[in-house]
Amino acid sequence: MRTAKWLVPTLYILFLMLPIYWLLSMSFKSTNEILGGFTLWPRDFTLANYTKIFTDSVWYNGYINSITYVTLNTVISVLAALPAAYAFSRYRFLGDKHLFFWLLTNRMAPPAVFALPFLQLYSAVGLFDTHIAVALAHTLFNIPLAVWILEGFMSSVPKELDETAYVDGYPFWKFFIKIFLPTIAAGIGVACFFCFMFSWVELLLAKTLTSVAAKPIAATMTRTASSSGYELGLLAAAGSLTLIPGAIVIYFVRNYIARGFALGRV
Amino acid sequence: MNKTINNRAWFLVVPVVALVAFNALIPLMTVVNYSVQETFGDNTFFWSGVTWFEKLLRDPRFHGALGRQLFFTGIILLIEVPLGVAIALTMPKKGPWVSVCLVLMALPLLIPWNVVGAMWNIMALPDIGLLGHTLNALGFDYNYTRQPVSAWVTLIAMDVWHWTSLVVLLSYAGLVSIPEAYYQAAKIDGARPWAVFRYIQLPKMKRVLTIAILLRFMDSFMIYTEPSVLTGGGPGNSTTLLSIDLVKTALGQFDLGPAAATSLVYFLIVLLVSWVFYTLMMRNEAQ
Amino acid sequence: MAKVTLENLAHTYFNRADGTAEWAVKRINLQWADGGAFALLGPSGCGKTTLLNIMSGLIHPTEGRILFDERDVTALSPEERNIAQVFQFPVVYDTMSVYDNIAFPLRNRGMAEAEIGPRVREIAELTELTPMLKQRAAGLTADGKQKISLARGLVRPDVNLVMFDEPLTVIDPHLKWVLRSKLRELHQRVGTTMIYVTHDQTEALTFADQVVVMNAGEVVQIGSPVELFEQPQHTFVGHFIGSPGMNVLPAKIDNGKAIFAGRQLDVANPVAAAADGTMELGVRPEFVRFVREGIPARIINVADAGRYRIVDTQADGHRIKLLVDEGEEIPAGTAQLGFDPSQTRLYRDGWLATDGATS
Repeated sequence: MRTAKWLVPTLYILFLMLPIYWLLSMSFKSTNEILGGFTLWPRDFTLANYTKIFTDSVWYNGYINSITYVTLNTVISVLAALPAAYAFSRYRFLGDKHLFFWLLTNRMAPPAVFALPFLQLYSAVGLFDTHIAVALAHTLFNIPLAVWILEGFMSSVPKELDETAYVDGYPFWKFFIKIFLPTIAAGIGVACFFCFMFSWVELLLAKTLTSVAAKPIAATMTRTASSSGYELGLLAAAGSLTLIPGAIVIYFVRNYIARGFALGRV
Repeated sequence: MNKTINNRAWFLVVPVVALVAFNALIPLMTVVNYSVQETFGDNTFFWSGVTWFEKLLRDPRFHGALGRQLFFTGIILLIEVPLGVAIALTMPKKGPWVSVCLVLMALPLLIPWNVVGAMWNIMALPDIGLLGHTLNALGFDYNYTRQPVSAWVTLIAMDVWHWTSLVVLLSYAGLVSIPEAYYQAAKIDGARPWAVFRYIQLPKMKRVLTIAILLRFMDSFMIYTEPSVLTGGGPGNSTTLLSIDLVKTALGQFDLGPAAATSLVYFLIVLLVSWVFYTLMMRNEAQ
Repeated sequence: MAKVTLENLAHTYFNRADGTAEWAVKRINLQWADGGAFALLGPSGCGKTTLLNIMSGLIHPTEGRILFDERDVTALSPEERNIAQVFQFPVVYDTMSVYDNIAFPLRNRGMAEAEIGPRVREIAELTELTPMLKQRAAGLTADGKQKISLARGLVRPDVNLVMFDEPLTVIDPHLKWVLRSKLRELHQRVGTTMIYVTHDQTEALTFADQVVVMNAGEVVQIGSPVELFEQPQHTFVGHFIGSPGMNVLPAKIDNGKAIFAGRQLDVANPVAAAADGTMELGVRPEFVRFVREGIPARIINVADAGRYRIVDTQADGHRIKLLVDEGEEIPAGTAQLGFDPSQTRLYRDGWLATDGATS
């Protein structure tokens, strides 16, 4: 029993890796090989699919667009959430509990419900097809999440820290930036990670709010899949490249993953 | 923690409220507005009261989508939660393998949702996909573009692949927070592994598991991109979940009234269930 | 119930890069008599919790054997050893009631419900948990929870050994005293061998008949509280037990006599001349007094401790503390100190010097 314990996670990880392996393997195959029949690994190893992506501006601009709005969204969400989370963790104020729940309800809003109204709203204010439009739209679910995570981390910092700082004569903002933020650095990291993650993986809103100038990489892929027939190798290469930012981000927060996924509440 | 009463704290909340209100309130008003009007596509609207809602609640198409949605959410919760807990229980608790496990397991969570759909698409291709080819070679008659059963199996496998790790990571976070002394005491008290799970691990995981179930409920209820890329709701309407149905109506056919009414009912369902969970969770935290 | 014997016991948690081990417990030989009340006393990190966990079977020793009576239990699991242990922080099963918590170890061993009931109620009575039996364990205060842990430790009638690992750490000071006397009383009632691990000398000396003092992975002395106080076998024991601890002063040996600050002193254990090793002189503050002619010292500080005062002096560059009873006069500035010869001992490399009872 005890010796077989490692088997469960190992099998699970194998299961997780299979589709990823298949994606990578496809990305190194030529179109002929793919359409020619089933092969377990690339017989005719080629980098042509990757070369195409790095030389075609439609493709690589997709990456730049995605990274741009994801970064913008992360910065906006976390910056706005920091003071709010502090307020929720330290003070009671008129309507605080209702406000907190209302914020969370927006994490529960199906993007499909908002797709059309967002299109009209952002067109009306002249932001359609801009990075900032996607970044702002994603704050809908990322701000509530960031507030929730940060509030969890902040509440685990004893209030005496604040009081000591005031007794030592620190003005609020100086205390907040110089003492408090470094104390919850891990929490900020985790909040950034989640904002990045959910903005990076979301596509429905990002696709709806853009057409050319800010089109995300993932949307470029959907179009390729349908319009240019069966360019599966290219599709797989583009997909493989979208794994990289996620992998990098996970690597940075690997020591906080467990606590982070529990939203700082363990 | 004792909190000070301070209404000036509202100033700290203003940026968040402004951003979310802009994103949530205005679109929500638009949806409400559409849901009570009739249009013939020339930008003129007529008051139609609750007609759309009445039609919607009697519409077999909506019933179908809602039914499939409930079935989907039920199945994936039944698979992902026990599986996630089991994996968390068997994961190493210390040593170099912890990081390896965590990083590899978190990977699917950071893949753009349509890439997830695309990955499973090429995995499941009956002729040249790894899964499709293998299944057919083993003698199963598998074709997810033609058979509803194949489509459903693929859809559920994809969601399990995509999201079980979330349950694993949450449960794991709960597990590692249990002090070693609990396990030692249980050993000395002569507790069997089942009793350790039932009386120590499960109670300590309760809170994170509630979060996990809540998140999985919400997200599976809102799922759009992955099934839309994988099956597009087909074959026929067999995998058309609520979101896919809604987007078809709203962005495909521009039937604004029915789409808006569907949106509101949809949102209300998610909200209601989430509210029940949230209340339960807060009650637990208060204890 | 059983006599517990530790034979050549040693344990290390990890091996250094050069292959040598860093020992948490170094080669211990020890016997715990059947039915005794023992304390295992030592500073944090001295290896006492490791030793306890080896006895309970939570840790397997790197070397050596553990015997319960004549039976070798080294390879047995905690459950097979049939022992009970109470931990530093209260462990309760949150979802169970207080009653179910106490009954848990009995149920796990398949005792019939009809026998469990009376036994649980008896132990609940002893630990004053009777009014709370029906409550959920999660709702109790820290000391209430620790009482549950104690009750779970004591509930099984047939255990070989009950061990307490600093069980009163989380308890309020005024309750500590109550619970400690309770434990002592429980020991007299149930008569099981009990081992109480602590770093607090008061807890150890008030609970135990026999105290085992550990330091840096070794047992330095085993004895009754009085023996530990009056005849420390090691300067560490002198230091660690007693408040304030024993004065330890460097000494020279000349013609079989101890020399400190240029003066010859009589000691309880004279040694032969020309002995190897570092010699030290140990005398408790209780046995130092002001005399007309003795070691010249300067008075640095006087602290009032109620019935007596602690006087801090300096002689020949070394601190010497002494206790002065209420009412006795303390000279101003300088004074002469004298040591009680029957309570002044010589130590070689820390250990009581035993070689030269010849002179």
